[in-house]
Amino acid sequence: MIELINIKKTFNAGRPNEFSAINGVSLSIEANKVTVFKGPSGSGKTTLLSIIGCMTRPTSGRIMLADREVTSLPERFLTGIRRKTFGFIFQQFNLIKGITALENVMLPAYPMGEAYYPLKKRALETLDMFNISNKALSKVEWLSGGETQRIAIARALINIPSVIIADEPTAHLDTKLSHEFMDIISMLKGEGKTILIASHDPLVYESDVVDRIINIRDGMVAEWV
Amino acid sequence: MSYIDKHRNLIDFTLSSLLRRKGKNIALILVYTLVVFILSSVMFFTHAIKKEASIILKDAPEMVVQRVVAGRHDLIPIRYIEKIKGIRGIGLPNARLWGYYFDPIAGANYTLIVPDDFQYGQGDIAIGKGISRSRLAYEGDIMPFMAYDGALINLRIRNVLSPESELVSSDLILISENDFRRIFGISKEYATDLTVKVRNQREINTIVRKITEIYPDTRVITKNEILRTYDAVFNWRGGIVIVIMSGAVMAFIVFAWDKASGLSAEEKKEIGILKAIGWETSDVILMKFWEGAVVSVTSFIAGIILAYFHVFFASSSLFEPVLKGWSVLYPEFKLTPFIDPYQVSTLFFLTVVPYTVATIIPSWRAATIDPDSVMR
Amino acid sequence: MIFHPAIIALLLSSFLITFLILYSSYFGLRIVRKWDIKSGSELQLNLERRTYLISTILAYVLGFQLFSLFLYIYTADNLHSLFVGAMCAAGTLNVNAYGYPTLILKVVNFLLAGLWLILNYTDNRAYDYPLIKKKYVFLLVIALFVTAEMIIQTNYLLRLKADVITSCCGSLFSTDTRGITSEIVALPSIPMKIAFYLGMAFTFVSGICFLKNSKLTGYVFSLASAVTFIISIISLISFISLYFYDLPTHHCPFCILQREYGYIGYLLYITILGGSVLGMGVGVVMPFRDIKSLSEILPSIQRRFAIISLVLYFLFTAVVTYRIVFSDFKLEGY
Repeated sequence: MIELINIKKTFNAGRPNEFSAINGVSLSIEANKVTVFKGPSGSGKTTLLSIIGCMTRPTSGRIMLADREVTSLPERFLTGIRRKTFGFIFQQFNLIKGITALENVMLPAYPMGEAYYPLKKRALETLDMFNISNKALSKVEWLSGGETQRIAIARALINIPSVIIADEPTAHLDTKLSHEFMDIISMLKGEGKTILIASHDPLVYESDVVDRIINIRDGMVAEWV
Repeated sequence: MSYIDKHRNLIDFTLSSLLRRKGKNIALILVYTLVVFILSSVMFFTHAIKKEASIILKDAPEMVVQRVVAGRHDLIPIRYIEKIKGIRGIGLPNARLWGYYFDPIAGANYTLIVPDDFQYGQGDIAIGKGISRSRLAYEGDIMPFMAYDGALINLRIRNVLSPESELVSSDLILISENDFRRIFGISKEYATDLTVKVRNQREINTIVRKITEIYPDTRVITKNEILRTYDAVFNWRGGIVIVIMSGAVMAFIVFAWDKASGLSAEEKKEIGILKAIGWETSDVILMKFWEGAVVSVTSFIAGIILAYFHVFFASSSLFEPVLKGWSVLYPEFKLTPFIDPYQVSTLFFLTVVPYTVATIIPSWRAATIDPDSVMR
Repeated sequence: MIFHPAIIALLLSSFLITFLILYSSYFGLRIVRKWDIKSGSELQLNLERRTYLISTILAYVLGFQLFSLFLYIYTADNLHSLFVGAMCAAGTLNVNAYGYPTLILKVVNFLLAGLWLILNYTDNRAYDYPLIKKKYVFLLVIALFVTAEMIIQTNYLLRLKADVITSCCGSLFSTDTRGITSEIVALPSIPMKIAFYLGMAFTFVSGICFLKNSKLTGYVFSLASAVTFIISIISLISFISLYFYDLPTHHCPFCILQREYGYIGYLLYITILGGSVLGMGVGVVMPFRDIKSLSEILPSIQRRFAIISLVLYFLFTAVVTYRIVFSDFKLEGY
């Protein structure tokens, strides 16, 4: 489904502080599977995830997304593909403070030009799926850790993406919430989503739901497990 | 339509973001409003005053004939009328008497005019509001004048004038012909100048030529020339004030640039999040456009409304001395409210356009924050 | 110069517009030289980001340009009392030799900015930006014109001195003087009306043909809309304005912008300017229909432009015709 061919990413090219985050990664990721990228911090797994998620363009190499070459697309088109294909869950959840949970969930859909009321209805349904529609009108800074996590997941799902990308999702969660998160992942997998997670938390990569683990070290794929 | 829905959604979010950052935005809107307020006050004022002048001159005769001696305006012999009235196409010329009188008590110059149809008799006068205020003189009081030969002449105030336009009548005294000649020592054969009514506008230039041919020692001033001079003087004053104000506008632009480019860490993060969850650079630019539009429209309208009240209901109290200031007796007049789209579009170019230009590059810079910045 | 607030506003805005355009063309030049869509280098990413800035700037410039065109005419009209003999904008613009060239450049630059945005709109719809270099070479040309407008307008405004005897629209646009404008006025009204309606009819026919089979008639339609634009402006001076003024001798194309005539001039000018930009735009992007990435989307973009252009032209014709038919004024016979 997603194919990476010899991906490289260099930051600050030609300057003294030049460094290579990714040094030639070739991978093939199957649809409807849970894949975990495992590796120490600084190994390049986050950069790799943002390249796969069409957020960052690689310095060289090619990415095929459902047999379409996307690397040479300008930002305008890459974003169009990205927001229909990928939903993101970030390490800090990155909700926008000062607005309601509902608005946060609706935000990714705003530029798509969907009418407000159908969009709101869909956002409420998504919240309902996670049993937090009663918090829809609360400001996000008043929510508990578990609620914040579920809002962030609901936001990742609003544009109905086929792939969910999560970057260190359990880093700031206690064990109970981490288990809850993996339960949600298993539910999403059941719905047919493809899931990519970057994590070095054993609770994540030892979970039963994970189909495949890819070890990343120094910007390269270290071994196959 | 998805295009309209997109804009609706973006405006929705823009408004909620603006409200979330009240402190920063209120400061910007206040300064912006102040700049619009000052500039529009100047423009409304000069425009209204020009209008006022043209209202006053509406019924004025088409031309005034003055006698010039040694390059200076001199009294004109009334017998000049005889030859002038022979010219075809004009009404009966009229001899006018008017002049200035310096009042040492008020330290001000009054304008004395003998009207054609003076409704009171000899020994009576009517005075303008400004004189009444400064001398605390009201109906029934006696006002002394010193004649050219040092004699004191007491005249009774019969009326305090309250006409439509106080601009010219503030320092005005209406007086009878005999009293006027007595004060200034002008003999019956002379007048200050002659007025001539012309029936056909197209013939004005021909008539002017004929008069100066008959009496080479006269100068003819046409109404259009007076209007033109008024226009030029007030345009000039308004323009100069705006040039002086350009310093303030410049400061405002720098302020706006600074506000737009000095994003807080919070705002940067927010834009990073928007980009990460699927907003495109042009979506953020669009949001910034709406942000600027909301700020501009709010301040622009607020500034114009404030200026409107300032000029037309509060008598431009803030900078009267700068723009009028030709007389010690400030007229306390109410201008007739008047705004046209032309003034508004000029103001738009002087304020909104520079503001927008100053914020284009900073908002673009903000919009190009990398989406993966939130993952680092 | 005359220290008039609007004159200061005009000078300021033209300086700002020129600054923005020159700033954009600096990056435009870099894009022309360094663009490489295949590369993922930081230089390329930077240039791509700049394209967002430049399109934003050009969109603003188009808006400002339209506003400043009307402000310019309005200012000229407002200042006529300062010049002996000038009775409206036409006389003020004639005070010195730079007045009319500025006006023409303002119209031309509006059209150019509009065409650039059409090119840009088209280009941004194709995933490989096929027109990027052409677009930025065109931007350099626009920069030249905008700078010329700034210089000529500054000359015009700085050289304005009150009291110079000028001809007013009565003499400038009346038949007894010579020159290009008087020749327009002297054009007989009936053949001129025929030319106007023929031009419009031809534009509509070619436009509808283009919408039906969307082949090469695109060029014909585009050319027709450009020619019709010019005919319409001439007609405006020659006979259309007369119907709005109900006067057989007042040929001024500016007075219709005033309140006395219900600001109808704005509707006329905006429809004819908008219609011609979009109509010409159809032809400008015509050669690119064979480019692979554009071949699928371009026809529908062109159709949309053509439809809006035809609607605007239709509005213009409808307003003019309504006035000619329902006005008590009869031109023929004078």
